[in-house]
Amino acid sequence: MSELDISKLPKGGKGFVHDFAADQTTFKGVPWGKAMMWIFLLSDTFIFSCFLISLMTARSSTTAEWPYPSEVFGLTMFGVEVPLLLIAIMTFVLITSSGTMALAVKYGYERNRKMCAWLILATAIGGLTFVGMQAFEWSKLIFHDGIRPWSNPFGAAQFGSFFFMITGFHGTHVSIGVIFLFIFARKTFRGDFDAGRRGYFTSMKSDYKAIEILGLYWHFVDLVWVFIFAFFYLW
Amino acid sequence: MEQNNKTATTHSIGIYLWIWGLLFVFSTFSYMVDWFDFQGLLRWSLIIFFMLIKAGLIMSIFMHLYWERWAIVNVLLWPMTAIMVFVVIMTAESQYTFFTRALFFVMGG
Repeated sequence: MSELDISKLPKGGKGFVHDFAADQTTFKGVPWGKAMMWIFLLSDTFIFSCFLISLMTARSSTTAEWPYPSEVFGLTMFGVEVPLLLIAIMTFVLITSSGTMALAVKYGYERNRKMCAWLILATAIGGLTFVGMQAFEWSKLIFHDGIRPWSNPFGAAQFGSFFFMITGFHGTHVSIGVIFLFIFARKTFRGDFDAGRRGYFTSMKSDYKAIEILGLYWHFVDLVWVFIFAFFYLW
Repeated sequence: MEQNNKTATTHSIGIYLWIWGLLFVFSTFSYMVDWFDFQGLLRWSLIIFFMLIKAGLIMSIFMHLYWERWAIVNVLLWPMTAIMVFVVIMTAESQYTFFTRALFFVMGG
């Protein structure tokens, strides 16, 4: 395949028209795996949007008082009520893991195998910490506060079902991401992306582009948390 | 078509650390909204403001959208307008539902 120098193509709006009018690939300079990941993430965006929009609809249409998240998710530390403490820590942990992932992608493209692998491992551990804190939060809310999907002692009955559905769906995304991060950390340490070793599931050769694609997924998980933090916990 | 690995654009570590730091700062700010217990329009506008800044930084720098060609950027961002339309529709819908419920509770069946 002849090399295409995308730096010579027109940019901006002209580039947009040029790429869509081209008779070959539309997304120039974008590996197919990356384009597919973006399209998957777009569909995932719609799913999470539907969850958050139904949260908005339920919250603004109920005549009962909506529980105040600031108090529901508050923790008492050393005798002081601290609002949203655990959620704030979870937010910082997830942002930190997003930062290490961005650096892993950078070092991957620079073919710095060791640095890349350690950073992926750090990202995985950050994700695991997040899921662990979420498990703690869930068990506190279920066993201590008695929140159920159909009722809770704080106010509007819909609160529980939205909490478990939205944070549960996000937590599932984080968990799946953590599994893939551990797998990719192992693959990177072993040098799969330098040697072009075939993958176990796909039987296809891969290189450091795979790290960027995994990174897109991980940043998306962080991105969704930004919206959940704003609309569920802070609103 | 495929990006050449040898010449693949890598950016200096500084920009990632900067964005990382900014995300920490803006997360702290949005937490402060709750900490100082701002209410009403001020609360909602601050929450959305910090949320959009954080989302923009993650998407443009961490997810590299800033450096992508417009073809993929437009394909990804335009469908979001459908979500905004859906938000407007459901706001109207939920207000109607609230109205009928309130009416039912006051007037009875």
